[in-house]
Amino acid sequence: MSEENNSLDPRIQRLDLPQGESTVKPNEYWGTFEVFLQEKRGKHHQHVGSLHAPDQDMALIFAKEQYGRRGRCVNMWVVKTTDIVAFQLEDEDMFATTPDKTHREAGIYKVRDRIQEYQERQKNA
Amino acid sequence: MQSLKDFLYTIADDNLILGHRNSEWTGLGPVLEEDIAFSSMAQDKVGLAYQLYQLLHTDMGEGHPDKVAFNRTETQFKCCHLVEYPIGEYDFSLVRHFLFDHAAFARFDMLTKSAYPALAQLSVKVRGELKYHVLHADTWMKKLGKGTEESKARMQTALNEAFPLAMGIFEPVDMEQELIQHGYFEGEAVLKERWLASIAPVIEAAGLKLPEIVHDKTSYGGRKGYHTEYLAPLLKEMTEVFSIDPEAEW
Repeated sequence: MSEENNSLDPRIQRLDLPQGESTVKPNEYWGTFEVFLQEKRGKHHQHVGSLHAPDQDMALIFAKEQYGRRGRCVNMWVVKTTDIVAFQLEDEDMFATTPDKTHREAGIYKVRDRIQEYQERQKNA
Repeated sequence: MQSLKDFLYTIADDNLILGHRNSEWTGLGPVLEEDIAFSSMAQDKVGLAYQLYQLLHTDMGEGHPDKVAFNRTETQFKCCHLVEYPIGEYDFSLVRHFLFDHAAFARFDMLTKSAYPALAQLSVKVRGELKYHVLHADTWMKKLGKGTEESKARMQTALNEAFPLAMGIFEPVDMEQELIQHGYFEGEAVLKERWLASIAPVIEAAGLKLPEIVHDKTSYGGRKGYHTEYLAPLLKEMTEVFSIDPEAEW
């Protein structure tokens, strides 16, 4: 472009950024927060992701636009990632046999027949 | 009614120009999360301007919003000087956002009771959005006002610079008395008092000092089409794509 560029937009007039290594040291940066979003009143808050913030107030204002700007949302929680208590990764084996324990699923019990039988009896009574 | 038209143009133009200015931070924000939040709020401002231009179009026979936004000359714009200033550093942009959005929230809160029903409805609709803008601004003000020596000094300097310019937000349109008589708007003087009452406690909580109230009208003129040197280059840039083919369908 031959025309003189006198734009005030810093994306067009690039800033003189310092060259060389970043001065940010490990752990100097903000910590992370986990974000939970509630789509509708009465529904569970669901984990939608995480973000960086210096404190919980800032985490909330960031969460609103980062995770709530699209789609339905009525409320949000933010929780410091380090405040979350979790199982150790190597303890995954504790959960390994759960899918086999079908006796814990309500669907496994054949109660439909008995309900029908009861309803028949009521009708005929 | 000319005064009502002028009034809607002042609010719409303020939002369009500041929306455009703030969008200059997109991709350059201090951190990703803030970049997203600030960009979203810039979009909100452009969206609000659109809805006001739409009112002017459907209710008052003004041009189509696209034409009105991209096809007016500098002197036809009625924005205040505060919104025209370059984004500067983030301290200035944040403080301007704080001063402007408190005024916007107070204004639209007031307008929910306007005797112009379409404007009252729009005001109810945007209230929540502006409430977030204010929360965002207040959180940053307190954070940086109570941050380091440097952040505190920067915020105070930015506040000292932006505050006199913010007086221009409250420059009334010609024949404002008409608006007041018809119950469309309570007037800029009342609004300014509410604005001061809402920003003062935040400035105090941030550990900053409210600059002295400026009674002169040095930042006036915008409502009458007199602008700073910064508006013309902004308009040129904003209308660049539109000017290539004004009849293009999007």
